[in-house]
Amino acid sequence: MSVLFDDYPRGQAAYDEMVGPDGVRPALRSVAAELDRLGLEEVRSRAEYLSSVYIDQGVTFDIGGEERPFPLDIVPRVMQADEFAHVEAGSRQRVRAMEAFLDDIYTEGRCFTDGVIPRHVVASSPHFHRPVAGLITANGVRVHVAGIDLIRGDDGVYRVLEDNVRSPSGVSYVMTNRRAMNSALPEVAGKHRIRPVEDYPSELLKALRAAAPSGITEPTVVVLTPGVYNSAYFEHALLARMMGVELVEGRDLVAHGGRVSLRTTRGLRPVHVIYRRIDDEFLDPAVFRADSLLGCAGLLNAARAGNVTIANAVGNGVADDKLVYTYVPDLIRFYLGEEPILASVDTWRLEEPEAREEVLDRLDELVVKPVDGSGGKGIVIGPRASADELERLRRQILKDARGWIAQPVVQLSTVPTMIDGQLRPRHVDLRPFVVNGGSEGIYVLPGGLTRVALPEGELIVNSSQGGGSKDTWVLTGARARQSQKQARQAQRMASPVPLSDQVVDRVIRHQHEQQQQSGESSC
Amino acid sequence: MLSRIADALFWIGRYLERAEDTCRIVEVHLHQSLDDPTLDEVQAANDLFLLMGQPADEKPDVLAKLCYDEASPVSFLAALGSARESARRARETVSTEVWESINTTWLAVRGGRLQRMRPASMFKFVRERCAVISGLADSTMSHDEGWLFLTLGRSIERIDMTSRLLSTPSVTSNSQRAWDHVLSGCGAHHAFVQRYGALASDRDAAEFLMLDRLFPRSLIYTLNTAVESLAQLGPSGLRIRPDDPAMRLLGAARASLEYLPPDEILRDLPDEMARLQVVCTQATQAISERYFEGSAAAEWVGGAW
Repeated sequence: MSVLFDDYPRGQAAYDEMVGPDGVRPALRSVAAELDRLGLEEVRSRAEYLSSVYIDQGVTFDIGGEERPFPLDIVPRVMQADEFAHVEAGSRQRVRAMEAFLDDIYTEGRCFTDGVIPRHVVASSPHFHRPVAGLITANGVRVHVAGIDLIRGDDGVYRVLEDNVRSPSGVSYVMTNRRAMNSALPEVAGKHRIRPVEDYPSELLKALRAAAPSGITEPTVVVLTPGVYNSAYFEHALLARMMGVELVEGRDLVAHGGRVSLRTTRGLRPVHVIYRRIDDEFLDPAVFRADSLLGCAGLLNAARAGNVTIANAVGNGVADDKLVYTYVPDLIRFYLGEEPILASVDTWRLEEPEAREEVLDRLDELVVKPVDGSGGKGIVIGPRASADELERLRRQILKDARGWIAQPVVQLSTVPTMIDGQLRPRHVDLRPFVVNGGSEGIYVLPGGLTRVALPEGELIVNSSQGGGSKDTWVLTGARARQSQKQARQAQRMASPVPLSDQVVDRVIRHQHEQQQQSGESSC
Repeated sequence: MLSRIADALFWIGRYLERAEDTCRIVEVHLHQSLDDPTLDEVQAANDLFLLMGQPADEKPDVLAKLCYDEASPVSFLAALGSARESARRARETVSTEVWESINTTWLAVRGGRLQRMRPASMFKFVRERCAVISGLADSTMSHDEGWLFLTLGRSIERIDMTSRLLSTPSVTSNSQRAWDHVLSGCGAHHAFVQRYGALASDRDAAEFLMLDRLFPRSLIYTLNTAVESLAQLGPSGLRIRPDDPAMRLLGAARASLEYLPPDEILRDLPDEMARLQVVCTQATQAISERYFEGSAAAEWVGGAW
């Protein structure tokens, strides 16, 4: 039936998204059939084309100051419409709960008085920043962009691995991956109705403009980057370019009198919304680390004065804390009165004596993670660790129980991946991106970033640890497929012109100005 | 426009032009040493180094030092690398196509790839890539402030390099075909012969390269471009003189070239060209004070109180 997938390993411990025990899963047969039609040789040569495209375009990320192309795999990860609808609803719910939680802990603290989460869990988080207590943003949004890491265990159920509500990265690769895949596999992409990802920059810009301080009708939005040596610099530049806003470094900004301005060739220009991709600690040397040259002194003061919006808000890191993660299902019930849509991974809180005891007994079969780590740093996978490493870990846990959590080893799901010219199962995760525009609504990017761990059996998919990525295709619903013609017509009518809302805005304002002018002249 | 970005664009312009012109200068030098059997090669190479502001060497290796040695600050490989680094910093401002062509150029020359090409194809490759990039910049970027800074950088570098090239025939004035080489070094040989015929004198050649109003690499044409870019960048409708020191410097240099008595053109050529190089340095200084100063890093002095 299928040449490409014939000798592909089946019935392994991990759930494979494309090939089940009885061959290619029914929903994905058409994708497999199209790939088959091309043949292995052709697919290999397309894969080579993909990597050369990325080198020419400079689609890279930096490891230790060295630019490397980001490996993109030729086989897409395909999600059905209903499958993604579930992820989408769950992500939305989680962001709403996070917003409520962050707002609560920096103002009233109802969750503490009602006993949902102990106060010391929040107060002891290294990312809980008292300087922003009581700071309320212009449109009430703190999580402007979230990237929620999801994994699928051997039962095929999506589980949240961690929440990223500080400054999640990777969305640029979603957009470049799609463009590259469309040119590498036009035959396959063209046969399927894949939900587009190009709306992301305009949705982000809309959300950022909506977050502007009140009274500013034409806000200046900037993207703040740590500079070219940051591993995600490519992404910062791409987002700035696609949104049509300035990409600035800390030294381009100057704060004075509770306002922030840009140094331009024509003097200083006020800034209203800063989409920052710098960590809290480096953002404002006057409040946080005094030796940081990346930020701008006085930024936080300006934000407190309500003259500039920092997106994402300062202090969001509390919600990323992996100890707080264990309370999120309760927080969802408490704030939203709903049951969590997305499942979580079972987690032991090492602060609790019984849990700690159990975990210390079973260190060699669990995954232990630092609560404030990101990018796979500091994670110890029990079954793979040496006795020395486990011993060191045991001492660290006993010294600082608050700093660690433990989880069972989850077999991440696999997707066929081109390795040395053959398709082989490799572990993947998924990071859907959520943009919260406040009253503009919450937008979930169809699909998200699928990261793939390229070494065999590797479970850590982070790009800084030698990971690659895949294009994530979300197929449109069955009804749309049935009446493709109608759907196409409907789409043509509601053509997604980027920034259409802004254009409408501008037209309305223009009319308004004209009316005012004519009003004056008649006086 | 951000000061930092303006700065980056200005230097992209300069570095690309420097790469191209260095390439032309070395090409002229090699042809010259082939054409003239009496030439002292070491002396000629050292003269060339002097021209590029480099110390003399006992065993000068022109190709390494000026072409493919990444560690040498005057090699065109280094210039291409710097242009690429500046472009990376201004990546959201230069058009995608310009960035891609700068990036592919850099990828094609780095890591010793340039060294492996034959010199003739290396020169051709670099010249053509530079032409592709500036062509793309002209046709895919809005001719706004950013483009003006790019043009300004390119023009100032071109004035600087052309003036250096014009100093070569006097250095090796014993060579008969010196001016022919200089003309080809500026890519002007064809245009010159078309205009003056094959029997033209040295003075005609000097005049053409300095004062021709229609040839885009002549000094006067380039000075005009630089002054016009500055005029567009600054405030318009000024009543008295321009308030921009860079514009005054370049304008004055243009006037002194333009109104030079015809028989003095060749006499003072080296001095005149040296003065022009000083003007380029001063103008760059003035431009960076006026437009880029904001990009200087501000330091926060915090700590214990």
